[in-house]
Amino acid sequence: MKPDTKVMTMRDAIATYVKDGDTLALEGFTHSIPFAAGHEIIRQGRRELTLCRLTPDLLYDQMVAAGCVRKLVFSYLGNPGVGSLHCIRRAIENAIPRPLEIEEYSHFGMVARYTAGAAHLPFFPVRSYQGTDLHRANPLIRFVESPYGDGPVGVVPPLNPDVTIVHAPRADARGNTQFWGLLGVQKEAAFAARQVIVTVEEIVDEGVIRSDPNRTLIPHLVVDAVVRQPRGAHPAYVQGYYDRDGEFYLEWDRISRDPGLTAAWLQEWVYGVPDWEGYLDKLESRQAEIWQRLAPGTALSEPVNYGVYGG
Amino acid sequence: MEYTDSEMMIVCSARALAGERVVFVGVGLPNIACNLARHTVSPNLELVYESGVFGARPARLPLSIGDPSLVSGAASVCSMADLFMNYLLGGRIEVAFLGAAQIDRYGNINTTVIGDYHHPQIRLPGSGGACEIAIHARKVYVIVRLSRRTFVERVGFVTSPGHLSGEPGQRAALDMPGLGPQLVVTDKAVFRFDRSTGEMMLSSLHPGVTPETVQAEVGWPLAVAPDLETTLPPTEQELRLIRQELDPGQLYSR
Repeated sequence: MKPDTKVMTMRDAIATYVKDGDTLALEGFTHSIPFAAGHEIIRQGRRELTLCRLTPDLLYDQMVAAGCVRKLVFSYLGNPGVGSLHCIRRAIENAIPRPLEIEEYSHFGMVARYTAGAAHLPFFPVRSYQGTDLHRANPLIRFVESPYGDGPVGVVPPLNPDVTIVHAPRADARGNTQFWGLLGVQKEAAFAARQVIVTVEEIVDEGVIRSDPNRTLIPHLVVDAVVRQPRGAHPAYVQGYYDRDGEFYLEWDRISRDPGLTAAWLQEWVYGVPDWEGYLDKLESRQAEIWQRLAPGTALSEPVNYGVYGG
Repeated sequence: MEYTDSEMMIVCSARALAGERVVFVGVGLPNIACNLARHTVSPNLELVYESGVFGARPARLPLSIGDPSLVSGAASVCSMADLFMNYLLGGRIEVAFLGAAQIDRYGNINTTVIGDYHHPQIRLPGSGGACEIAIHARKVYVIVRLSRRTFVERVGFVTSPGHLSGEPGQRAALDMPGLGPQLVVTDKAVFRFDRSTGEMMLSSLHPGVTPETVQAEVGWPLAVAPDLETTLPPTEQELRLIRQELDPGQLYSR
């Protein structure tokens, strides 16, 4: 059984659960990307990691630039709405700062891998990849004969990360974690993992969670650590908490084109601060109005009645 | 009225959505085109995003397919497993937009790599959902600028299958439910595909463009539709919607 209160500091959670050589999934599709956790992994100097994510996004670009990563498992390498992930491209095209092994799928291939991993299925059938070169580029994408006589069907292997890390709006101290907004593959990636860290905007009473159980996508059953980390997804967004910092996504395009600027950025914003509070302090000292700029306004859902049955 | 190449691409794409009900949207020009169609030719069009949104009603121009404006006010937000399995693989998507770094004579698309896969000259973003979209959406519309670097006789890497080598029945033989690419919208012309040969053919020239101009940017001898047309320029209403409502900052339509 997992312990009853799992609230930890980010430093302790990463130090306890993330080891050199681990396979990690820091998930969140554009929405709620666990940047604070990723920065702490960089700061603690983890090496030889295999990083899995549908969309590596700026976070994995930074972790690759910092030299943490041996291998990348992914389906779309881009700075969403902006362009390339320059650090990852440098690693793939020119082995800077070190060679980067890649294992590439399509989005549904990755979704299927986490799903198979969560359910301990030996593989997952996909009607993808026929007529493409993707399975030639990745020999783990295979075809098997359908046992029901419909010809060959693509299959992908299960993915079971050593640690999955997700960022969410709220959880209770035991790790019952609730989501709204884009859900990505967070649930599947968590159930597939051997250990799970959730970082959240707010830790709430268990009663808040139990008042709306449909929103609990990750139960305490699979959670090892809960880290309270407000604004822990910046420059990504958390639905209803803060908007995506599009200006930073554009700024990273400029910084990441140059290895020197990238190293200086990591020095200043990751190694040069003790923790995420240090990052936020620095951010606010540069842009006093940042949280006003990213404030999303209010659009409340209508409450629903779950009913009282007995008692 | 004056208009930009991007506005022409948006308008051509939007008009091609007349009568369609469910469209899989990409960010940028397709997003504006789908929203324009909702205001013009296809008021009941449902916008689906691979990030897990059905029936989006974005109140601002989304900057990515994961933009929070797609969530607020949507009909449904679901996991990506749900979105891919129940909507796309389930055959609910009538039209999907794709982009391309390279597209070939038979509409096969490369968004993975230029050069050798293991020693790439240029590493491109990869598939995302495009591989599945190209296989499962009933129809695929491609939006891409016309350029000899993009329109190549054979793509170096097939990320998203089109009409393969053009022989009829190939897609069905490979268990692909969708019809494949039906339309290619560019800044100079619109292309469709010959049903019997699977080959891309010039179908409509934008005003002032000659077939020779188009051929010069295409890396194979281009087939021309017997009923070659001239594209109707954007109307005042279409331009007003794009400029005042859909992309007021002219981020994509410039």
